[in-house]
Amino acid sequence: MPATALRRRRAGLSAAPEPTTSPARYKVTGVRVLRSEWGKFWSLRSSWITLGVAVFVLVLFGAIASSTYSPDAVATGGPPGPGAGGDSDAVSLALTGVSFAQLAVGVLGVLLAAGEYGTGMIRSTLAAVPRRLPVLWAKAAVIGPVALVLATLGALAAFQLGTPGLDGERIALSLGDDGVLRSLAGAGVYLGLVAVFGVALGVLLRNSAGAIAALVGILLILPGLASLLPDSWYDTLSPYFPSNAGSAVYALHEASDALSPGAGLAVFAGWVALALAGAAVRLVRTDA
Amino acid sequence: MIEARELTKRYGDKTVVDNLSFTVRPGEVTGFLGPNGAGKSTTMRMIVGLDAPTRGAVTVNGRSYARHAAPLHEIGTLLEARSVHPGRSAFRHLMALAHTHGIPRRRVDEVIELAGLTSVAGKRVGAFSLGMGQRLGIASALLGDPAIVMLDEPVNGLDPEGVRWVRNLLRSLADEGRAVMLSSHLMSETALIADHLVIIGRGRLLADTTVDDFTREAGGGGVKVVTAETARLRSLLAAPDVTISSSSAEELLVTGRDAREIGTVAVQHGVPLYELTPQAVSLETAFMELTHDVVEYQSAPADTERKAA
Repeated sequence: MPATALRRRRAGLSAAPEPTTSPARYKVTGVRVLRSEWGKFWSLRSSWITLGVAVFVLVLFGAIASSTYSPDAVATGGPPGPGAGGDSDAVSLALTGVSFAQLAVGVLGVLLAAGEYGTGMIRSTLAAVPRRLPVLWAKAAVIGPVALVLATLGALAAFQLGTPGLDGERIALSLGDDGVLRSLAGAGVYLGLVAVFGVALGVLLRNSAGAIAALVGILLILPGLASLLPDSWYDTLSPYFPSNAGSAVYALHEASDALSPGAGLAVFAGWVALALAGAAVRLVRTDA
Repeated sequence: MIEARELTKRYGDKTVVDNLSFTVRPGEVTGFLGPNGAGKSTTMRMIVGLDAPTRGAVTVNGRSYARHAAPLHEIGTLLEARSVHPGRSAFRHLMALAHTHGIPRRRVDEVIELAGLTSVAGKRVGAFSLGMGQRLGIASALLGDPAIVMLDEPVNGLDPEGVRWVRNLLRSLADEGRAVMLSSHLMSETALIADHLVIIGRGRLLADTTVDDFTREAGGGGVKVVTAETARLRSLLAAPDVTISSSSAEELLVTGRDAREIGTVAVQHGVPLYELTPQAVSLETAFMELTHDVVEYQSAPADTERKAA
C-alpha cells in the first residue's frame, strides 16, 4: 500500500495516536545508534558500579602502593603486576592498580555486549538495527572512550595522591618529568582498549561467564602458561602477548625484553581489532 | 504487507519451518495459529531478520527487513520471549529503541500512555509482572508508528481487561489500514480478533483461510433429525450432495442441508419432527482435528494411562 494512502487513513485515530513529528524522518543512522548505546550504557546500574570499581581500584591501589613504599622492601603494594617489580618507579607504583582495573573494565565491556544476549535485549536491539554491525561499533565507541577518559583521570589521581608518600625518596617524580604524563595516559589508553576487547569477547561468545573467563585467561593466565614454551620461543613471543604488549604502553622505562610504548600499543590494538573482526563475523553470520 | 515464499528453516536435521508461503495483508488481522512447537516463533524471527532462512525468502513491505532505512516504522514486533534488559526502566528501554530511529521523546511518552504504563514507566522492567511486560512489548511494537504490527502470543499473561484492550487495539490498528499479524495456539481466542487465518503444524502450512470460511466448514457437523418417519424423510431429502446416516430407528444425521431446509421440507410433506439440531463442531475441535497429526507433544488418552498405571 502506498505510504501516503496509509497515512491518510491513519488520520484521527484513537488507538495509536499520530506521532506529532513526521515519521518520514525516522531513519537509522550511525550517530543515532551511538546515541542509543550511550543511553543504554548509562541506564544500567551495573555500568556505574563496575566503572566505579575500576576507578576506585586504580586510585586506591596506586595511592597505597606509593604511600607504603620504602626503598628496602621492594614492591609491597599487592602482587607484582605488570609495571611493578624489582626496580620500581613512581609511575609504576601509581599504576599498581591497572592489573585489577583491567578486569573490572574488561568485565564492563563483556556485560555491555553479552548481557544483551543473556537477557534477550539483543532481539530488541537487532530488530531496531537489523544491519547489526553499527551496534558493535557503537558499543565499542561508547565504552572505549568512557573507559579511556576515566582511567586516565584515575591514573592521574593515583599518581598525585601517591606523590606526598614518595616525598624525598630517590624515585620520586612529578607530573612534569619526562614520560610521566605519557605513561599515565598510556594506562588510560590500555584500559580503554581492554574495555573494547571485552565488548568483542562478549559479542563473540554471547555469554557473560564464558567471555569473562576468556578475558581473564587471555590477560592474566596466558603469559604464565606460555612460560612452558621452550625458552627461545618464549623470549621471542612473549612481548607480543596481549597483556605484555599492553603493559609496554604504560611503562615509564622500556624494559629490555619488552616492546616500545608505540609498538606495544600497535600490537595490543591489533589483538583488539582481531577480536572485533571475529565478533563482527559472528554477529552478522549467526542467528540472534 | 508480509510475503513469505517457500520459507524453510532447518536446525541440523530438524526442519522447524518447512516450505511455508503466506501473505499478511494490510487492513486485516491475520491469526497465525499452530500448536506449540509448530514453528510460529521461528517464522516471526525470520520475518524481522533475527534468524536467516535456510531456504526461501520473506519480505516486509516489498523488501527484506534489513534493507529498510527505518525498520521500526515498517513493522513493530512483540516477540514471545522477553526481549528487554530487566535492569533498565521501561522508559529507558523505549528511549534506547527510539534513539536508533530518531523517534522523539514525545512519541515514547505517547506509547507509554497508550499501553497504560505511565505509573510504572520509571520502574525497572525486572520487577514487572508478565502482563506489564506484555504491555511494554506492545508499546515498543507501536513505537515506530509501523505499517505492520506483528505480535507473538500478545495476550499471554494479560488479565481479562488487558485481553479486551489488545483485541480492541488490534482491531483499530487493522481498521486504520495497517497489517496486523498475531500468533496464538488458541483457536477460540484468535477467531474473536482475526479476519484471516494461517494455520501451521510442524512448520508446514495446514490452512490459509478466513475465519468465516473456517467457521462455516467447522459447522459442517450435520443436522440431527428425530422423527417417526425416517424412511419417508430420507427419500424426501435424497439428493446427490446430501448424505444421511442413522444411528437409531428414529434418528437421522443429515449433512448437505441445513436445519432450515430440512424443517421446510418436513412441513411441506407433513412429516412430524421431534428434534432438529445442528451438530456444530466448535472451532477449537475443528482446529484440533486439523492439527491432530502434527502436535509435537501429544498427551496419551486418559484410559491408556490408567491401564499403564
